[in-house]
Amino acid sequence: MSDRVTVAKTYKLYLGGSFPRSESGRTYAVTDAQDRFLANAAQASRKDVRDAVSAARKAFPGWSGVTAYNRGQVLYRVAEMLEGRREQFVSAVRDSEGASNAASIVDTAIDRWVWYAGWTDKIATVLGAANPVAGPYFSFTVPEPTGVVGVFAPQHSALLGLVSVLAPVLAAGNTAVVLTSSARPLPAITLSEVLATSDVPGGVVNVLTGDTGELAGHLAAHADVNALDLCGAPADQAGELERAAAETVKRVLPAPASEPDWTRRPDIKRLRALTEAKTVWHPTGM
Amino acid sequence: MTALEDITRDEASLTRFLHGLPGVDAVGLEQRAAGLATRSIKKASKRTAIDLAISMVDLTTLEGADTAGKVRTLCAKARRPDPDYPEVPSVGAVCVYPDLAGLAVGELEGTGVGVASVATAFPAGRAARAVKLADVATAVEAGASEVDMVIDRGAFLSGNYGLVFEEIREVKRACGTAHLKVILETGELATYDNARRASWLALLAGADFVKTSTGKVSPAATLPVTHVLLQAVADWHALTGQLRGVKPAGGIRDTKTAIRYLVAVREVAGEQWLDPALFRFGASSLLNDLLMQRRTQFDGHYSGPDYVTVD
Repeated sequence: MSDRVTVAKTYKLYLGGSFPRSESGRTYAVTDAQDRFLANAAQASRKDVRDAVSAARKAFPGWSGVTAYNRGQVLYRVAEMLEGRREQFVSAVRDSEGASNAASIVDTAIDRWVWYAGWTDKIATVLGAANPVAGPYFSFTVPEPTGVVGVFAPQHSALLGLVSVLAPVLAAGNTAVVLTSSARPLPAITLSEVLATSDVPGGVVNVLTGDTGELAGHLAAHADVNALDLCGAPADQAGELERAAAETVKRVLPAPASEPDWTRRPDIKRLRALTEAKTVWHPTGM
Repeated sequence: MTALEDITRDEASLTRFLHGLPGVDAVGLEQRAAGLATRSIKKASKRTAIDLAISMVDLTTLEGADTAGKVRTLCAKARRPDPDYPEVPSVGAVCVYPDLAGLAVGELEGTGVGVASVATAFPAGRAARAVKLADVATAVEAGASEVDMVIDRGAFLSGNYGLVFEEIREVKRACGTAHLKVILETGELATYDNARRASWLALLAGADFVKTSTGKVSPAATLPVTHVLLQAVADWHALTGQLRGVKPAGGIRDTKTAIRYLVAVREVAGEQWLDPALFRFGASSLLNDLLMQRRTQFDGHYSGPDYVTVD
């Protein structure tokens, strides 16, 4: 009875709040864990990286400027929508990762998102300080978002891993250019569909699918990127990417030796790493 | 074609000539402009184009809030646009209001960078003739090497070509040795035919440059309207052998757009016009984008606004 023709999807990039094709016009086939065809995804090029960085830069003043409380609300809304599309994510994760515990992975990912959403208005209290100084001054230290962050999403954990690296970037008030897992981009694409219909302003998250190795160098060397999370960067390129990042003094979260266990309870290391401490001295008027 | 003196003898013959100019095929023009805009300029040609475009920029600040300090910074940038790369050419000129022209002249003395001053009650041009001429005199006395005047669009649109012609002529006289750029404000002229007529009117009256816009009216410079102006100066050259320039102004913000204009210059007017003496960009934010693109070409990676000055 199933003589219906399958609708083969060709997904696009998520860039500046819209879904364009790659500037290069390239696509590539995405397969599941058993090498069966799943869908086509756009294969981003150097110029897509450039466009994504400009979009992220443009969105930065707005996203970093809203109150931390508001940012938390927006991120929580994303978690609500993830919950609403739970089934779709479960099947995307099952197809991509071939995981039998896809449902529990999705649950953890949603909880992770909520966890970070709760942190937005607490970062300043935990990482900031009223410094004791010997003089007629108040001295405050406040954490401020670093800027545009280039995120190399983990190559294996396509949803939970992605959420674990992306959510802290957003919670701290940064904007992101995400290079998804090359072989497993579909959960990231579904996530970008969620982000596009949520209250997250366009350009705050830009998702590029394609060959991470090809795009990595361009993203790492781009002078308008302020920080890099090298989590999913190709191991043989990690050193080179750090050197490229050093040329323009980027903050770098180095690539781990092997992909971490994402189910472990998170901490605020990533939030701390993607904020800059600003210290203000203010005369007390004595 | 009748001799130029006959055309400008009286208002009737001027009107007859301007209305006798062939009409502009708007669809064809826009199609040609769009077609040329798809041309891809890469590698060495792109580098050359960027440097050429930098040398063609009239670095402009025309705000009510302009201060002496702002003009000084602008002049410093005009002299040496990118201090990390001393080989970057200086810009064509700095464009300011007449009261700040003297200051800019002092800052740019001996650098080869011109000082352009807007005049004639810029941007509206709604003032008495005597006031406009006094405005020009202020700029010229301050030492401006180029004067950007606005035409009386009200008179032009009501067909009072003689008045506009006379005014441009008198301003040209008041300019002395300074180059005269005539701003047509094509955004207010409504049609391409009017843009063509206004260009011819300005050229007949002695304009050294025709300039699209003040930058205060939207739409400002567009590719099609610049095509019309370029065609007019090319026709003028064919007719009289004299070289006159074109300056699109307003709305040209990035390198890609600037290069499209250069392609139009090459294709419509000719290679001779790829010269700062005959083509200028009236712009303020364009220079930063040109410098970032130039850095991208030479550094081998994309640059960012943190690496150029904040205007």
